[in-house]
Amino acid sequence: MTEAVNQPDQPEVIEGGQPDLFSKFDPLIEMRRNLLDSGVEDPFSLVMDRVLSPTTAICNGRETILLGTYNYMGMTFDPDVIEAGQKALTDFGSGTTGSRVLNGTYSGHKAVEQALCEFYAMDHAMVFSTGYQANLGIISTIAGKGDYIILDIDSHASIWDGCKMGDAEVVPFKHNDLEAMEKRLRRIPEGAGKLVILEGVYSMMGDIAPLKEMIAVAKKHGAMVLVDEAHSMGFIGPNGRGVAEDQGCLDDVDFVIGTFSKSVGTVGGFCVSNHPKFEIMRLVCRPYVFTASLPPSVVATACTSIRKLMHAADKRAHLWENSRTLHAALKAAGFHLGTETPQSAIIAVIMPDLERGAAMWEALLHEGLYVNLARPPATPANMTLLRCSLCAAHTAEQVQQIVGMFQRAGVKAGIL
Amino acid sequence: MDREATKARIDALIEPFNKKGVAITDATRFTDDLEFDSLTIMDFVAAIEDEFDIIISMNQQAEIENYGQLIDAVVKLKG
Ligand SMILES: Cc1ncc(COP(=O)(O)O)c(C=O)c1O
Repeated sequence: MTEAVNQPDQPEVIEGGQPDLFSKFDPLIEMRRNLLDSGVEDPFSLVMDRVLSPTTAICNGRETILLGTYNYMGMTFDPDVIEAGQKALTDFGSGTTGSRVLNGTYSGHKAVEQALCEFYAMDHAMVFSTGYQANLGIISTIAGKGDYIILDIDSHASIWDGCKMGDAEVVPFKHNDLEAMEKRLRRIPEGAGKLVILEGVYSMMGDIAPLKEMIAVAKKHGAMVLVDEAHSMGFIGPNGRGVAEDQGCLDDVDFVIGTFSKSVGTVGGFCVSNHPKFEIMRLVCRPYVFTASLPPSVVATACTSIRKLMHAADKRAHLWENSRTLHAALKAAGFHLGTETPQSAIIAVIMPDLERGAAMWEALLHEGLYVNLARPPATPANMTLLRCSLCAAHTAEQVQQIVGMFQRAGVKAGIL
Repeated sequence: MDREATKARIDALIEPFNKKGVAITDATRFTDDLEFDSLTIMDFVAAIEDEFDIIISMNQQAEIENYGQLIDAVVKLKG
């Protein structure tokens, strides 16, 4: 019965054709057809024809402000980052054509791992080809058959997939519910290995976790703790190390998972840790071993970006300012938001249903604004959300423009 | 633990979740017959876990499709 958490509805044959392995997708095909038949632009096939800056692009032929990219720190067009990438491309070629443990470790891969160690002030860093693979690899390798994983029910897909791949006993608890977590920890059989998995920022609603309290409870019960800080790196915490740093409990986190695909502005994933035996992961972690390493240009851009993020206090302050301003304005305009107060650079605007959500999304696009449309089953409580993620490169004027766009689109879509 | 006594306690627990008042037998399926979604399942499982002070992991839940299997699983978990 658990499967319902991330499984589509039961298969059902629609028109013609023999049932085959694709029959299970019929309900989703049907849902998409209904949505598109209503005449809205397909929210899941947008094409960026040209990207003008971290905050603007030509989308489906229209100049558009980007408010759904997770490019929090606006590093994608940083001149130093681009120069580093171009140099590496010239000097080391377009790709490594090999695994990190064979011919795929270049000086650039070691350099970005060193930058991560310095960024987090931790002893070890291991870079993966994506953040998805970092979660998949680390979780499935450290928590195996007979071990217990206690995790928040709203965890990212890559965390769930890592749990499944490792074959540990998986025990979810209600979102951010300290008491529910503690009860489950208490019931785990004596002597079993325990891993608690939390996220700093939950990307659907943009809320943060009470990590300090939760990690203290996890440690009291002898569990190791992994925190995914994908949506906080570079932005939250005095040094941009994330929510755990902000709440003063980073020292109690055994493994931090992160990605280069958000604040860092390129692609890749990582795990940093102080565990004395951490380096053995490089030999036993299959999603690290059995895939090609990142191209030299990518690790060079990541390394440069991470080093610049260490000294980005001004940008962090401006991003907070943007988030607070937009949150307050949308709330005042009468939108229903995912959090009462701004907790991160993500603001989730809750839509009454998928139809009106899609209509609102389209009205915003016509205004010249791109946001993420999130729909069931990926969302908590099967909500339809318009997820906005702010960027340190959004100007105060752009934020005001965005507010106006939301108000007009909200009226047009019948939400306000 | 006694199956009848266990069943009686679970009968009481499922009542608030059985919004449509479906007549529940051992063969009643959670997703197909009771139309439980993932959130309802989480809350229902949590209620059972708290009542019996047990853990029903997702791995164990995957094996449970109907009401009878749930009662059997709880009886077994209580030992
Ligand atoms: C919480 C969380 N973890 C991991 C990932 C995966 O990151 P990546 O895009 O590097 O695969 C994401 C992003 O989609 C995420 O939101």
